[in-house]
Amino acid sequence: MSNNLRFKTSKFIDETYRVSFKFNNKTYFGFKGDTLASALLANGIHLVGRSFKYHRPRGIMTSGSEEPNAIIQLHDNSSRTEPNVRATEVEIYEGLVASSQNCWPSVNFDIGGINNLLSPILPAGFYYKTFMWPASFWEKYEYFIRKSAGLGKSPKVADPDIYEHKYIHCDVLVIGAGISGIMAAKMAAKNGFKTLLVDEKSYLGGSSIYDNSEFSKINNQIISSWLEKEINEISKLENLEIKTRTSVAAFHGYNFLLARENLTDHLPINQRENKVRQRLLKIRAKKVITATGSIERPLIFDNNDRPGIMLSSAIKRYIDLYGVACGENNILFTNNDTAYETAMSLIQRGIKINAIIDNREQIDSKISYEVEKNNIKIYKGYTVVDTYGYRRINKISIMKLSKDGQTVIGDKTKLNCDCLGVSGGWTPAVHLFTQSGGKLKFREEDQVFIPNVYPSDQISIGSCNGDFGLEEIIKNTLSSIKKFLDIDNSEYKTVETISGLNQSKRNIWLLPSDKSIGKTKSFVDYQNDATAKDIKLALREGFRSIEHVKRYTTTGMGTDQGKLGNMHALGIISETAGTKMGEHGTTTFRPPYTPLTFGTIVGRNVGEFFDIFRRTPIHDWHVANNAEFENVGQWKRAWYYPKDNENMHQAVQRESKAARDSAGILDASTLGKIDIQGTDASEFLNRVYTNAWSKLAIGKCRYGLMLNEDGMVYDDGVTTRLGENHYIMTTTTGGAANVLGKLEDYLQTEWPELDVYLSSVTDHFATISVCGPNSKKIVSKVVPDLDLSDEKFPHMSFKNSKIDNIKCRIMRISFTGEHSYEINIQANFGKSVWEKCMEAGKDFNITPYGTETMHLLRAEKGFIIVGQDTDATLTPIDLQMDWIVSKKKYDFIGKRSLYRSDTIREDRKQLVGLLTENPEEVLEEGAQIVADIKKSPIEMLGHVTSSYYSPNLKKSIALGVVKGGKNMLGQKLIIPMENKNINVTVADPVFLDKEGERLNAKL
Amino acid sequence: MFLINCPFCGEREQSEFKAGGEAHIVRPKQPTELSDDEWAEYLFMRKNIKGVQFERWNHVHGCRKWFNMVRDTSNDQIKAVYKMGEKPPVK
Repeated sequence: MSNNLRFKTSKFIDETYRVSFKFNNKTYFGFKGDTLASALLANGIHLVGRSFKYHRPRGIMTSGSEEPNAIIQLHDNSSRTEPNVRATEVEIYEGLVASSQNCWPSVNFDIGGINNLLSPILPAGFYYKTFMWPASFWEKYEYFIRKSAGLGKSPKVADPDIYEHKYIHCDVLVIGAGISGIMAAKMAAKNGFKTLLVDEKSYLGGSSIYDNSEFSKINNQIISSWLEKEINEISKLENLEIKTRTSVAAFHGYNFLLARENLTDHLPINQRENKVRQRLLKIRAKKVITATGSIERPLIFDNNDRPGIMLSSAIKRYIDLYGVACGENNILFTNNDTAYETAMSLIQRGIKINAIIDNREQIDSKISYEVEKNNIKIYKGYTVVDTYGYRRINKISIMKLSKDGQTVIGDKTKLNCDCLGVSGGWTPAVHLFTQSGGKLKFREEDQVFIPNVYPSDQISIGSCNGDFGLEEIIKNTLSSIKKFLDIDNSEYKTVETISGLNQSKRNIWLLPSDKSIGKTKSFVDYQNDATAKDIKLALREGFRSIEHVKRYTTTGMGTDQGKLGNMHALGIISETAGTKMGEHGTTTFRPPYTPLTFGTIVGRNVGEFFDIFRRTPIHDWHVANNAEFENVGQWKRAWYYPKDNENMHQAVQRESKAARDSAGILDASTLGKIDIQGTDASEFLNRVYTNAWSKLAIGKCRYGLMLNEDGMVYDDGVTTRLGENHYIMTTTTGGAANVLGKLEDYLQTEWPELDVYLSSVTDHFATISVCGPNSKKIVSKVVPDLDLSDEKFPHMSFKNSKIDNIKCRIMRISFTGEHSYEINIQANFGKSVWEKCMEAGKDFNITPYGTETMHLLRAEKGFIIVGQDTDATLTPIDLQMDWIVSKKKYDFIGKRSLYRSDTIREDRKQLVGLLTENPEEVLEEGAQIVADIKKSPIEMLGHVTSSYYSPNLKKSIALGVVKGGKNMLGQKLIIPMENKNINVTVADPVFLDKEGERLNAKL
Repeated sequence: MFLINCPFCGEREQSEFKAGGEAHIVRPKQPTELSDDEWAEYLFMRKNIKGVQFERWNHVHGCRKWFNMVRDTSNDQIKAVYKMGEKPPVK
């Protein structure tokens, strides 16, 4: 450690607690309380990274979350690695490992630095302009561009840390714990408001907590002492919750805010086990007080990006808070008084200030006189025109500004330094305010945007509201809070302030140079290497809107969202284009304010909780019997049950054959089930299905097709009449929730006069389907009380019965074309009834089959699956299901749309069967169907929707939709594939047992 | 994220609700008597106003009831909520 850079005077640094850490493979030491940035600076290190485009050496620029340059990789190559972390925000701990990004082989010697020499040919929009031709080469270019650009490396293994979400409701949320924030929190909490105070730092008090200046006082005390007492007082308030290391990421409408609370990032790795690392707070506040302060502006001049060039306020923070001197020979460059506070902090510790360069001709404040008294040379009316030094600044040259500030005059003077502090005044941190929908206004006198119109119950106070003077801050905070909370100010009777600072400023967005603009590199956005020259080029090329200029030059598009340079970009645009500030818009600040980890965003929803799935009551049996599963909506459905080393095809062929030859059993519990009751239930079904329902007898089942109002098929299923005013409707597995929602919609909004009640009972019943020639024998063993004769229990009918004294509903319905039964029983008994069926079917080779076999069996019969064979562009007529559309009914959902000019076109896509010339050739689902492959371009007639090899028919079968397919029976078509054309013939979509002999066979 | 005052349940988070498009579009009682154009007007045409708009919402993860909302789409201010069948309380 370089001893002459560390001053043992700070109470925020624990000098008895030495911490070792690694940076770029070298071990360094810091103290507890240091950030990575302060510890590196104490070790004399400024160069920490390379810039994005030109690979220029970059150093630590700031001391907070606005840092554009010092972004590093933490714990490279470990599971806890994190890219793009701001060194200014990382609190160091024993064992911390950090490394530079975007440089190779090292930060000191970076091959990409050649881009800096090539920079004359790398202007804004270079990549857009250069890599356009030939278009097909983009993929090749992209590979190299991606390799040479980019920031840190993302982790390659699972994150070992735990994250969580928490909801917080409060009366008042105060964001930022500086002077205003602390005063606001105290007033709110003491007046009975449940208050939450958050701050992104690990300590309270903001930048005033280390303000020991004799020039600014509150109630005749130095600011830090006054604040300490206030903090001590509020920490005991019952109504007030305080969260530090908590950064508000997003401010949404209706005072809904997201904040990230950092819990373990400051701890050594071995102390983090089993602790929550970060917490996403979802805050709903009745009132929000934003006290986020302001960010110091840099100044824009040639080569303003060298390591060692820092914000003047950062130099002050490093010396006052961390006891670290950023340089041994400093120069300050300013256009306002705040740099003189930095000067005083340096003077007090005897650190050399070579000179102060001030844009202003006249400086008239107590603090500036005091600085001058200390024999510091102040160059009034001067500007920096260039800087020197590759890995660290070592010299600057200055010139006198002309009266209008547009040019430089006189001789050039060179001055030595190893650190240059810049101050261009302050920009209110209005990011959260604008995120919430707030509208800004521009204040001409000091060139700042300040909050104007509030979209919700909120207020901005302190310097984020444009109050910069101490007296102004305190006076306005008191009056604003009093009004905002409608309270009497009993907490602060009299607050007296004195300040040695003057608010004068000479604002010049782009400082003039003796060189032409084309020869300068005056960085506006440090992280994305966007210069003033780039912005001017964009304007010359015709871009006007700030949003366009931003995207073209990438200004403000880095991970820091241009917290430092956005104002300058706006200023340069308005100066160059001769428009008023804000006339071309201001850029939109989007959440998050500072980057969030993915862990924080997903919280506990990882692993098995990432996408929660639903299990049927019989799920465990499927698992125990080796089933492979398929996701259907949120359900896990048994897909097929491979036996011995069967692959999917073999298992499905075996299951399909067994179901038709003897008996198959399917878990159909996932089908949506809606219980419908009420005196108008029949009328309701009449209106929602295409076919007629009034005459369905009690105890009978009917298949129904449901349309959207546009006439397209929406869902289908069998509905059973359980009683006079009682039905149970089944829906597709995936459509259940939507169907219920749609039915409720019509009931509540279009037909409130109908006496009908709907409840979802999907989860209440297990549904077991037993099919095949031996199904009757099996079901008769399981439900012995039931007469299964065709006379008593014909196809499409229903009976109540009991299995071991448990009530159940049995339907004789079929989705396979086989004689089959559906047993519905209270869900808890599902598994045992399934096992009963398996036992009863043992002698008949009862074969459990999954969804794949179910699909194959129904395809043999030409039964559609809504969502597979249909896609919201097919009417029942297109599906050749005219038979299900009632001609007699006056109205039903979608009826009118069935004879719109578009839906009656003859050349619509229609469902047909497809048979391949070679019966062994199985088509690919989704394959295109064409008639003529010689024509160019080839006309697409349709596509294959379902395709299988049928073991029962011993040939390949497929369903598809084809333009005008209804009238193409027997016609030859072609399926062009990657390396061959497959010949197919249009066929009847019912491939097996069209007459229904299997269904009606006497068993 | 909105805080919506469900007319049946009171204030709830927006995540409990589903938006259902423009309100006060009545399904024609005799659709078969409409021309293609008239039917298309009902079926497809929606206003999508920048400003005060009347909307249908459903408390889908709550009471499952549909209700109407008056919302200014330019600033997301909810002016009123009211039950289906009721007249809008604001113009």
